[in-house]
Amino acid sequence: MMEKMIFGRFIPGDSLVHRLDPRAKILFVFLFIAIVFVANNAITYGLLIGFTLLVVFMSRIRLYFLVNGLKPVMILVIFTFLLHILFTREGAVLLDLGFMSIYEEGLRQGIFIAIRFLVLVFITSILTLTTSPISITDGIEVLLGPFKRLKLPVHELALMMSISLRFIPTLMDETGKILKAQMARGSDIGSGPVKERIKAVVPLLIPLFVSAFKRAEDLATAMEVRGYRGGSGRTRYRQLNWRFKDTASLLVLVALAGTLWYFRS
Amino acid sequence: MNSTILSFEDVTFTYMPEDESVRPAVENLSFSIQDGEWIAIVGHNGSGKSTIAKLMNGLLFPQQGTVRAMGQTMSEESLWDIRSQMGMVFQNPDNQFVGATVQDDVAFALENNGVPHEEMVKRVKESLHQVKMEEYVDHEPHHLSGGQKQRVAIAGALALKPRLLILDEATSMLDPQGRVEVIETIRELREATGLTVISITHDLEEAALADRILVMNAGHKHGEGTPDSVFLEGNELTKLGLDLPFAMRMTHLLREAGLPLTREHMTEDELVDELWTFYSDK
Ligand SMILES: Nc1ncnc2c1ncn2[C@@H]1O[C@H](COP(=O)(O)OP(=O)(O)O)[C@@H](O)[C@H]1O
Ligand SMILES: [Mg+2]
Repeated sequence: MMEKMIFGRFIPGDSLVHRLDPRAKILFVFLFIAIVFVANNAITYGLLIGFTLLVVFMSRIRLYFLVNGLKPVMILVIFTFLLHILFTREGAVLLDLGFMSIYEEGLRQGIFIAIRFLVLVFITSILTLTTSPISITDGIEVLLGPFKRLKLPVHELALMMSISLRFIPTLMDETGKILKAQMARGSDIGSGPVKERIKAVVPLLIPLFVSAFKRAEDLATAMEVRGYRGGSGRTRYRQLNWRFKDTASLLVLVALAGTLWYFRS
Repeated sequence: MNSTILSFEDVTFTYMPEDESVRPAVENLSFSIQDGEWIAIVGHNGSGKSTIAKLMNGLLFPQQGTVRAMGQTMSEESLWDIRSQMGMVFQNPDNQFVGATVQDDVAFALENNGVPHEEMVKRVKESLHQVKMEEYVDHEPHHLSGGQKQRVAIAGALALKPRLLILDEATSMLDPQGRVEVIETIRELREATGLTVISITHDLEEAALADRILVMNAGHKHGEGTPDSVFLEGNELTKLGLDLPFAMRMTHLLREAGLPLTREHMTEDELVDELWTFYSDK
């Protein structure tokens, strides 16, 4: 099940979307989130769906893969949809079941909210699927650059983020090893009452924490030896390149906003 | 020209100076290392080897005595300059990999020292070439073997063009193949560049490759000398908690069994050579 989850996963590729500057993609997502709220009728929501599908198509990520990977989110979408249907009492009655009835406005609202949710999830997933975590970190660091003036430790935050990302697989491996070691000693996490299972997790977490602290200490030493003295006076190995296509991608978004504005009721 | 690149003069270091009952980790230690030498520091666990390494690059400061490196006395002021001229590789391959990918990790020290971008790209490429890891530029650490990670760590140190490379048990967590990879890399590097190397190890087979060996015992210098002269001590080293190389143990056992072997053998090949010519020489 974890394999299918696509949150935070990165699928390397060479599509136009892959090659965009991470800053452009991050800005794109934030602008898109704002624009989604302009839509308020069938035409505008239709346009949003069309646009999202276009982006998915350009990223060369298979729609099936995306839908499959977002199944857990779908449950949430269906749930909100049902909530709207059940609790909105406006417009004509479409269906009277006696104990409750479904109203026209409820159906409309439910569908719209579901679409809004879906396009947002799709577009943000496209961002994370087409951009390596390290590029996203770089993008965030540069975009937040101006806040350094306000004493926000932007460089440190970005470094923390990239080191955390770097250590996720290492710690996952380690968890697996400890789990097996404890299982060999007769610990059983998979069954029994909840209270017992929680108790069984403790001998898993403690060694993991101890080793994480040891790693952190070693890493800090290694960084200091290699001359790390905080963000000032540092140069960057990874350079970001803002090209015309990056500007163009944001202009397309502005055009979309204009169109939606024109067609909204 | 042989000049001293690093020296300890009567250095004593205690982790807990306030606690009288704790013995110093390193006591009254003096030695010096010449430019271009390959020195091995050997000793049992807890004999103070890692402490020496940390004193060498100013991660720790001695309570007594002086550490001099690259012609400067180690102090808060000279620290960063000295560090930029020495590379250091540690034991655990995972815990010293900072970058998200191989190239990011190699570039880390360069970034810290404010090297311009074009120069960085060039040096990352060169260093990875030196350790034969150029095909792996974009690999993430969890897709590399231990030996490969250690070679990347060496490349990361080389990128700064250091004069001195310190390896603190850099091979002790590796499988035999990884160990050979790393030792070969060091050997080739020394041939190509004449880099000064200090390898800290408790593997005497690895130490045998060095020009000179420094033997540590419980924070004190037990002795120093060429591998041949150090290994003459034989069983004395075993008492210090060191594992003699297989060929040497074999030589000793054969001698005990009454076989009059002519000399100490450090490698299996040497031993085998003497054994198969044993009777014909008579
Ligand atoms: N951070 C520390 N705090 C207190 N004591 C330490 C610390 N690190 C090492 N020691 C002690 O110093 C001595 C030398 O340790 P170390 O230099 O790590 O030896 P080696 O690397 O030869 O195994 C040991 O007795 C060890 O227990
Ligand atoms: Mg040690």
